[in-house]
Formats: sequence, structure tokens, C-alpha cells
Amino acid sequence: MSGEIFHAAAGMGRKLRGRALVARDGFSARYDLDRVRGIFSRPEHSLAGESYVGRVLVLDAAKGGVATAWMLHEMKARSVVPAALVLNAVNPIMVQGAALADFTMISGFDLDITQAIPNGALVEVDPTGERPFIRIV
Amino acid sequence: MKLTDEEEALRNGEFGPAAQWAIEHQIKVGAYLGAGDFVPVTQAHIMADTESLGLAGVEWLERMAGLPAQHRLVRIPTITDPRGTDFAAAHRLKQQPWMLDLERRAIAAFEALGVLMTDTCINYQTIMPPVHGEHVAYGDTGVVIYSNSVCGARSNFEGGPSALSAGLTGRTPRYGYHLEEQRRATLIVDVGWTPRELNDWGALGAIVGRLAGDYWQVPALVGIDRVPGSDELKHFGAALASYGSVALFHIAGITPEAKRLDDVVPAGAPLPTHNIGEADIRAFQASYAKAIDRVDLVVFSAPQLSLLELQQLAGLLDGRRATIPLLAVTSPQVKPDADRLGLTGRIEAAGGTILSGMCFYQSYAREMAEANGWKLLATNSAKLVNIIGGYGYTPALMSMEACVDAACAGGKIVP
Repeated sequence: MSGEIFHAAAGMGRKLRGRALVARDGFSARYDLDRVRGIFSRPEHSLAGESYVGRVLVLDAAKGGVATAWMLHEMKARSVVPAALVLNAVNPIMVQGAALADFTMISGFDLDITQAIPNGALVEVDPTGERPFIRIV
Repeated sequence: MKLTDEEEALRNGEFGPAAQWAIEHQIKVGAYLGAGDFVPVTQAHIMADTESLGLAGVEWLERMAGLPAQHRLVRIPTITDPRGTDFAAAHRLKQQPWMLDLERRAIAAFEALGVLMTDTCINYQTIMPPVHGEHVAYGDTGVVIYSNSVCGARSNFEGGPSALSAGLTGRTPRYGYHLEEQRRATLIVDVGWTPRELNDWGALGAIVGRLAGDYWQVPALVGIDRVPGSDELKHFGAALASYGSVALFHIAGITPEAKRLDDVVPAGAPLPTHNIGEADIRAFQASYAKAIDRVDLVVFSAPQLSLLELQQLAGLLDGRRATIPLLAVTSPQVKPDADRLGLTGRIEAAGGTILSGMCFYQSYAREMAEANGWKLLATNSAKLVNIIGGYGYTPALMSMEACVDAACAGGKIVP
């Protein structure tokens, strides 16, 4: 499995490496996070109680409201922020938030990316080329 | 993205650094989402409570507000979503001075940019409803889904930075629901029971939202047997957008783009069909009330209440007394009418509190819970129950009448 590359439809931000935090759930900074403590706080989320700080979040779809467009910027300013977002499906809010925060994000795969990346795997995310990708290191 | 001469000039800084930043931001977003060009918009609506902005966001706004006046003003009418407080009632909510200071700084910055501080998420009921085919840049999911679906306007979800960008440039990238082909249905929902109460409409929206699953899905409902009112579609849409991140729905025979179901179903494309009945709606509501027999407070918010919702609430409270906090949140446009017509007086005489220009979950909900000892919350808003769990509350979804009964019974949920 090591070295396997999964290409995304779109990406932005910088190339980086990090440990994957994976779930089949969706993602919204407002709905799902305690941004002060840096953990998932929504009781129904399967990552509830887990720290997201410095992790490459591999999740299904962008959910919820518009607040994430500001919140990624605010989280990054305090360094209580994930390393990157890897999503099956984005909504415009995630794209707008990543653009403001200069945050690494890729999305849109030929398969369910949450099933392809093992939780805890060391991964490389590269949004900089014509074909953005995530790779298990 | 293909740029006009004016857009090239914006990009080159000929309209100042604020508009230059704005169009660069929009190009980045548009490129990611496949926009080929820009579309002019007539209004922008910005979500920017300070719990979301944080200190970093407020300082970012202040830097823009510090530019010379000719280089910082919005070019189209630009209004705001609810703020993080009602200054007149902040002490009752035990909000801290630093929260109010941050709010004042954000307000001053927005005003310097020429933004109108309307502080409302029901602008389609109170300020200037968009018309069919009008391209706008709205920044509250409930506002977007109502405007797209009920009014026939064209908007994507525009988060704060992007809505402000649209205000500064007068345009937005043309992708998503600005494109006719994106507005076709992708799933059909056959509703076997037309909701009655607002919390029923919210529950239906939540179920459809879960079925739809992401932003790019457009549910078309059949089987609704009467024309819903604005408040009913407000709660339905807000919940659908909250649970599903959905920005557009159709109801056959009711919403303007779906006079007939065939109008929004792509030819020759069998769509997945789902059935929802009363039992599904009741089961959804029950899932939020299990193991709760009492609550600490009752909240009517998300979206802000219309004048007619406040009238209903006043009627339910007449001659009674709420013995736990009962908060009803409305817009600064509705509040003066509620005062003038005696609704505020009736609700507050019964122990309720009317809040204006804020929304409960956008107002430091976690800190309010800790300061007031609030944990168990009853509401008739499906949107609020979806959000508020992440802030440490355990919510129950009930009708307005049942919420009032609980408030007047010391918080005990009356079976």
C-alpha cells in the first residue's frame, strides 16, 4: 500500500506530510470542532474527542454552514489547526476558507478516499501540480 | 478564468488594494470550482460574527478598513448576517466584555468598508428579497437556500471573505447555482405527509439533507399537498442546508422553477427516489429527545423569528410564566415592530427575553453555557439542534407549543 497515489480533481495550498486522521463522516469547523481545545467535539462525529491539530484530515464531504470560511484562518492564526483537508466532496465554503487561510486542501477522487487511506498513516499531500494527489508514504 | 477589461483592472490594483485582494481571492476560488468567468451580482450578504472571525479575522478586517476611503468601499449593497451579541441584553446572557469589544471592532471595520449592519439571516423576509433570476452573493446557508429555491435567485454559499469580495468587486465566479444546468434535480423525494408545525418542516429538511448528502445535490419534492408559508419554508430550507449542505431544492407545483416535476428533472435520466412519511419525521424528532425529561432553557432562533412567529409565541405565553430562561431571537428590522405592536411586552411579561440582531449559536454558545450552567436545551429549530451539540449542549427538538409548556413547567418536558 505504501507509495500508492490517489489523484484529486482539485487542490490548493502547499505540499506537506503528516499523519492521517480518517473517518467516513463529513466536516464543518463550526459544527464539529472545539476550536479552543483543538478536538472534535460533536458527539455524533466518529472522531469526537480526538485532536485534529497537525493532522491530515481525510473525510467525506464538507458539511454545515458558512463559518468555516473564516474559521480556518482563525485556527491557523492560533496554530490550533489541521495540517490539511482531504475530502471526497467540497462545498464552496471549504474552498473559500482554504483560499483565505492559504491552507492545503485537495478534493474529488475516483474512489472513496476515506476507505483508501488508513487512519494514522503517514501521508504526503501535494496540491501544487496539475494533478493534485495524496500518497501513503 | 476569462477576465473582462474591468476585471483585469481590478486585478492590477487600479481600483485599490481591497478590490485587488478581493478579485485574487475570487479567482482562486473560481479556479478550484471550475468557473469560466465572473457574473455580476446585485447584493452581497456577509456572515461575520466574531466567534468565527476571532481576533485574527477582526484584525484582518481592520487592516482593510484602514485603507483610504476611495480604496476600501464596497461597490454594491452589502449587508450582514447576525452578530455575536445583542448589546442591550449581553449582561443577561453573561457574555464577557472582551466579546463585546471584539464585536464593536468588527462593526466599526465593516462600517468603514461601507457595509450596512443589518444583522439578519431573514433578509429575504425583511430587507430586499431577491427576484427570479437575480444573481446575488449571499452568505448564510439558510438565506441562500431560501433565495435560490423560493425566490428563484442565483447564489452559491458565499462565506464571509467571498461575500465581502463580491461586495468589493460587484461580481462572483460563475459556478454552481449561477449555472442553469446545475439547478436540475438530482434526487426525488416523495413526501407522504405534509408537515404541520415548524419543527416538523425542519425535521423534513433534516431528513432530506441527510439523503442528499452534499452541496451539489438538488432534491425535488413531490407530494406536498398545500402551499407552505414563508416561515415553514424558512425552517425547511435552513435544516436542509444545515444537514446536507444543500443550496437549492424544488417542490413540484410550488417553487418557481418546478411548476411541474418535469421542469427540473433531466430528460431520460432516472433519478433516485426516496419516500418519507410521518413516522420518519416523528422518529427523527424522537432521536433528539431521548433520555431528556427536562431542559435548562428554551431557545427560538436559527433562523431569526419573523413577526408572525413572535405573535404565535406571545399567544402561547399569554397568562403564563416561564420559570426557566426562554430566549426568542429576531432581527433588528422585526424587533421595533414587535415592540410597537406589544408582542415584546407580552413575551417579556411572561418571563421571556427577546434578543435582536444575533443568533444563539453564533453568539459564543459554549461560553454562555459555561457561564449560565446551561446544558439541556429545547428548541423548535432543527438547524439549531444540528449545530448546538458541538458546543456542548444536549438539544431536544419540539414544537413551539411544547417548548413553551416546558418553559412554564420549570423545564420539565410535558409528555
